[in-house]
Amino acid sequence: MSADGKTTSVIIAGLGGQGIVKASDILASAAHGAGYDVKKSEIHGMSQRGGSVSSDVRFGARVLSPMTPRGGADYLAVTEPTQAAPNRHMLRPGGVLITPDAVPHTAGGGEDSTDLMANRTINVALLGVLAAHLPIAEEHWLAAIRQNLPEKLHDLNCNVFLRGLAIERFMGRLSGGG
Amino acid sequence: MSSRLLTGNEAVALAARDAMIALGTGYPGTPSTEILENFGALGGRAQWAPNEKVALEVALGAAYACGRVLVTMKHVGVNVAADPLFTAAYTGVTGALVIAAADDPGMHSSQNEQDTRRYAEAAGVPMLEPADSQEAYDYMLAATELSERFGTPVLLRMTTRVCHSKTPVTPRGAPLPAPPPGYERDIPRRVMIPAYARPAHRKLREKLSRLADWSEESDLHRVIPGTGDGKALGVITSGVATMHVAEAAPEASMFKLAMTYPLPLKRLAEFARSVERCVAVEEGDPYLANALRAADAPVEAPIEEFRFGELSVSRVQRLLAGETAPEPPPEPGKPPRLCPNCPHRNVFGALSRIGCIVSGDIGCYTLGVLPPFEAMDTCACMGASIGAGLGMRHVLPRQQAKRVVSVIGDSTFVHSGVTGLIDMAYNPPPTGHVVIILDNEVTAMTGLQEHPGTGRRLDHGPAANKINYEALAWALGIQDVHTVDPLENEAGFEQLVRDCLENEGLSLIVARRPCPLSVNRLARMAAECGAPES
Repeated sequence: MSADGKTTSVIIAGLGGQGIVKASDILASAAHGAGYDVKKSEIHGMSQRGGSVSSDVRFGARVLSPMTPRGGADYLAVTEPTQAAPNRHMLRPGGVLITPDAVPHTAGGGEDSTDLMANRTINVALLGVLAAHLPIAEEHWLAAIRQNLPEKLHDLNCNVFLRGLAIERFMGRLSGGG
Repeated sequence: MSSRLLTGNEAVALAARDAMIALGTGYPGTPSTEILENFGALGGRAQWAPNEKVALEVALGAAYACGRVLVTMKHVGVNVAADPLFTAAYTGVTGALVIAAADDPGMHSSQNEQDTRRYAEAAGVPMLEPADSQEAYDYMLAATELSERFGTPVLLRMTTRVCHSKTPVTPRGAPLPAPPPGYERDIPRRVMIPAYARPAHRKLREKLSRLADWSEESDLHRVIPGTGDGKALGVITSGVATMHVAEAAPEASMFKLAMTYPLPLKRLAEFARSVERCVAVEEGDPYLANALRAADAPVEAPIEEFRFGELSVSRVQRLLAGETAPEPPPEPGKPPRLCPNCPHRNVFGALSRIGCIVSGDIGCYTLGVLPPFEAMDTCACMGASIGAGLGMRHVLPRQQAKRVVSVIGDSTFVHSGVTGLIDMAYNPPPTGHVVIILDNEVTAMTGLQEHPGTGRRLDHGPAANKINYEALAWALGIQDVHTVDPLENEAGFEQLVRDCLENEGLSLIVARRPCPLSVNRLARMAAECGAPES
């Protein structure tokens, strides 16, 4: 989508406290590091009290509006299954929906630090899945994770990211896609 | 110099540092809050004021003394600061005074969607309006220069999407050298008794006429040719709307305004006449459309529907196509709610059980209006809970009057509740009144900012003083004062409210329990500093 110079639009959505803004910060940094023009937009405030939160990240040769037009998102990643329905109208026909189902629970489940579904890393796990589809090299993603998170969380989040990426690439090969 | 991704608020803060702003002050308010926080983090001298009026007055004094100052607030804060603003336009400034005011079209986190451009015109203060973070940076610097050059306060109008969107910013290489502060007496200029204010008003209008000439000449405004022949469609716009227009109608020629007051009316009229169809696309009131049509420029105003809410690419497309069919309603998301361990929950649970008429106020606790509590009856503006509660008590029949309580947060109380409490002491209603300060020891709603009642400065370090609300009430003449922890003693809190209502005197209840989010953050900060956690 961005190979021809057009703008790629990603929406990351979930509930307050799930690290939506942090995830979109990482995506925006990665795209910026890769040399794209980037705009990112979300709403702070009331929505932070556990309500719905969504963030738009758009990148390409030159991005105009910071907000994705209705039906204009190439990707919609949701950290919480219930947030797919209220945001689906933003996805363009043929756009890709990424839900927590894209990453499996590992044995043990719950708040195990290696569990991709753990609430505090689900955002970065889904970025890994998303990364399999985007023209941004791995190094920019890892640099962006380090830039946007405190040092003690770097290893955990880089690992979670890479596992999300590996799973999606494997699934892509299975289905004969990307 | 390479670019970095910054929010509009971060960009204003960075520009404030590069403009050598000596002092930043303001009151937190979404979406403006992070400007001062970032200015402080960059090493600037930043402080929270009790409210926007005080912030602007402090800034005005600093600017009389040749200092460079930045004041930040949200749009409704401008109402509070309006009193000094209008007369500051008369006195002018010696240093630089920039007021960053952030509008919230669509009311993502506000009680109204007033348009601050009206204030620029009403007070006679020039206004710059950035469209993205680079312009937020550039215009903050330009506003500082303009303020010094013309000796006037300058408004920087931000909007939610400009404040909170991240876009690349390339900062200027070198700082803007600042003159040293110093005071020169000039009584007729700064003492606004009628004899001096009359000539000052005339001088202001002359100054605005010079500013209008500057606006006509300024290359901050830009005419951007469209991909079409440049004749069929022209759009006059400003702020983030310019980005929506560029995407929605790339074929249109665009007059992108940087200064929205005073407007370059001659150039705009010329532009409007150069195209077959000219449309004013603006977020908020039809401010541009009205000004242009008053200047006899052939400009089309959008239908009334587009004065409501934010614009977007899709909405601009509809606007330009002249679509009048109803727009698709926004998809309902999950509404916000009080945090699971929030002490306000117990307060609203009790007020709901007692059957109070709750005169509410602005903050997280406004969420007490939503289910399961539905324990709020009014909420108009900062501090209104006390006055509105008193008003109801004055006129309601006794049995209803006795159920009225005013509920106000600690930060809101400091902001504009104190004068309400004074009125309660001075003009007590026949059935008395009960005020509950929900003291969670932080300005929680806007993201956990400090205030004069927390005992901590903007940077969360210890402050010089901490307000004692109980002693303050005593000093005003309110003697029935109680302090209770609503989380630890829910039943006791409920009984206390019942007793106070029954007594028909003047009561203040301080429901004190720190916000759990704030407690966590303070512990985290202490751990990061290596200090023992309390």
